[in-house]
Amino acid sequence: MSKHAVVSQILPFSCVDGPGSRLVIFLQGCNYQCKNCHNPHTISLCDACGDCIDSCPEQALSLIHSQAMPLPQLRSQEMLLHGDLIPVNHSPSSSQSKPHIVWDSTKCSQCDTCITVCPRQSTPKTSHYSVEQMLEVIYGQRHFINGITLSGGEASLQLPFIIELFSAIKSSEHLSHLSCMLDTNGSLSSTGWHKLLPFLDGAMVDLKAWQQDTHHYITGRDNHSVFTSIELLVQHNKLYEVRLLHIPGITDYEHDIDALGGYLSNLPTETRVKLNAFHHHGVKGIGSTWPQCTQADIARLANQLTQRGVTNIVLPSLYI
Amino acid sequence: MTLQDNIEKIVTHPHLSPKQKSNYLALEAENSLPYVAVSEQVNNAMKQGIICDMFEGHAPFKPRYVLPDYAKYLQQGSQYLELSPAEDFDDALNALTILYFHVPSVTNIPVYLGQLDALLMPFTKGLDTDAIYRKLKRFWILLDRTLPDAFMHVNIGPTDNIICRTILRIDAELQQIAPNLTFMYDPAVTPDDLLFQATSNICQCGKPHIANYPLHADAFDTRGFGIVSCYNALPLAGGANTLVRVNLKEVALNANSIDDFFAQTLPYYSQLAFELIEVRSAFLHQQSHFFDSFLVKEQLIDESRFAPMFGIYGMAEAVNILQALLPSAAEVTTTNVASKPNTGYGHNLDANELGLRISAALDNIVKSTPVTYGYNGRALLHSQSGISLDKNVTPGVRIPYGSEPDPISHIQALAEHHQYYTAGISDILTIDETVKANPQAMFQLCKGALSSGFREFSANVANNDLVRVTGYMVKRSDIETFKQCGSRTNTTGLAAEAAINTGIFQRQARVIAHEQAPFIHE
Repeated sequence: MSKHAVVSQILPFSCVDGPGSRLVIFLQGCNYQCKNCHNPHTISLCDACGDCIDSCPEQALSLIHSQAMPLPQLRSQEMLLHGDLIPVNHSPSSSQSKPHIVWDSTKCSQCDTCITVCPRQSTPKTSHYSVEQMLEVIYGQRHFINGITLSGGEASLQLPFIIELFSAIKSSEHLSHLSCMLDTNGSLSSTGWHKLLPFLDGAMVDLKAWQQDTHHYITGRDNHSVFTSIELLVQHNKLYEVRLLHIPGITDYEHDIDALGGYLSNLPTETRVKLNAFHHHGVKGIGSTWPQCTQADIARLANQLTQRGVTNIVLPSLYI
Repeated sequence: MTLQDNIEKIVTHPHLSPKQKSNYLALEAENSLPYVAVSEQVNNAMKQGIICDMFEGHAPFKPRYVLPDYAKYLQQGSQYLELSPAEDFDDALNALTILYFHVPSVTNIPVYLGQLDALLMPFTKGLDTDAIYRKLKRFWILLDRTLPDAFMHVNIGPTDNIICRTILRIDAELQQIAPNLTFMYDPAVTPDDLLFQATSNICQCGKPHIANYPLHADAFDTRGFGIVSCYNALPLAGGANTLVRVNLKEVALNANSIDDFFAQTLPYYSQLAFELIEVRSAFLHQQSHFFDSFLVKEQLIDESRFAPMFGIYGMAEAVNILQALLPSAAEVTTTNVASKPNTGYGHNLDANELGLRISAALDNIVKSTPVTYGYNGRALLHSQSGISLDKNVTPGVRIPYGSEPDPISHIQALAEHHQYYTAGISDILTIDETVKANPQAMFQLCKGALSSGFREFSANVANNDLVRVTGYMVKRSDIETFKQCGSRTNTTGLAAEAAINTGIFQRQARVIAHEQAPFIHE
């Protein structure tokens, strides 16, 4: 039986998640707790408490006790893609009875009330895909895209699914031309990377702060593994992009500009250094009180990095 | 309002140029004649807005669109215009400029300027890249400043040549609204890097449109075809004598079931449209003396290559209205279809299939209905991109504004319609600004669209100043200033009206309609 993934969203066409036109698969669940997260509902997995059900104005949510997969749980839903409704119905695979939320996407008006009331700030609007089902989705889009990107949440938490998916793409006659990229927070262990590397074309890694303390304050985790991941990807020539999400006064990029600039200028010249501007869209809690990053803030940071020999800087396409 | 009041309003209008006033005055004069004689049924259907003559005028004395054989003209010169054959590049540009002033259309400005690279390549001998660039750049500026109407359309491609490359370079540099530009793409002929240049241009200025050359070429004979105005594909050395369009939304509202729509209402209103086509083209061909023109005598056009366009619009509304008539749709009323962005036409499989069935039925009607003045005795089916006065009805077979799915789903939902619309179909995709930094994505999307059967690929990058409001290009900043000071460009007035009437700035795609609306903008 093939691996399954909990998917929070599939974006059929993206211009900002790797080279060319990309289908982006956002997996649910993250091991960071970033205060600046733009998609906090993708952090936690649903525990089927049922609190969201009565709040749904469209009655699109219900709780059922029935068959269950070991995890992730499977749901009956309809995925809307390429103008067709692809039913993703799952048959019982275990006699164990476990409650789970069923989301009817055809009734849903995307008001997001369910996310607002969720005590875990999670979303019940996730879907479960087997590798075969995901390949089917990708097959339908193959003429329009240059590749696929796994993002999140933190996609690498569902590594076995990714490995099986990428490996299947690479061995498929119709899909092997598609590049397979991973968008990650860099927390994956070296062992994990080594399992993935044979099927991976490149990775985009977030470097959320330079100093350990700052990184810990923003994300709740250390950044040691981020540097290890970057180093490993460089060694294997698979570091496509390092991403800096600039929050003026919060991130330490400018404070440690000499160290940061020196580090980034030593990366391979093909590696893009992508500057992203922090904004409040989706951000909850203290992060929503932090200053937003303006075009001028980005220009100043880019200029400082350029002066320190960083060449392949990519600026945001737009500012909100 | 009396004729004299209208005329006074035009002549004293504060924002129209003398030339624009002359055009409106001519329309008033023509429309003071009685309308060509039609039956009461046709008259009623027109009054109810079910069929529409596109305000072409009461007594058509010129074809809607004319596509002269410019190659023949450059080769033979013109007796009427007292011109000898072109001998060099400057001769050719000069001769073309002269002829443009003698090519009529519904807008009084030529809608087709020729397959410019094929026309000019024979005259490039002895010219270096820079000389070609400078000459073409001046020509491009001249076209924009003297024929200020974004319906006029240049074609280039599918072959790789210096003229084609240079025009793409100049068009991206100048970012003018005119001329409109179509690049023909043939996967067997066009190199990828040339298509890449064209699609990169789209990221910068919303032009060119990319036409699926093999698909169009198969639909016409060896003398060829051209893409004119906004996405009208028509026979070269011919054109469109008239365009009559059917409002599918209104047709659906007159049906009491899906079966009734296919068996009764659609055939009935189609026949009324054909009656209108017949009387309008009969007047043009028999009474106007247009075909006594030197264009015919010198064989630059051929009367037998003119076809009426059978246009349709409001597919989205028609489908949603008909779906609501299904017994199973008892609780799915059109109101809640509208309130849910992901249901109905463009999103739902059954709705999309019904739409396709309507397109197939229209194709069958048009191919089986003889017309007196047609291309091989037939009209050509056209998915009409709306006019500036349309309200609450979506152009052609498009997905309603603001509810378009992502670009790939959008293409996949509509691709199958394209096979039926020989005379053109315009589905314009809106791509968000992030594509500007990633032209590879635009390139791949375009290739995907054409390989899916799209006849034309047109895209708008959100937030470009150059936007395609109704099938032609306008500058967004022009629209905003139009009300204060009028516009040098005829089409900007139409676009301003379209923008107000259709809520276009709320929509994701920036393109709706085209064609002239003979009304003065206050």
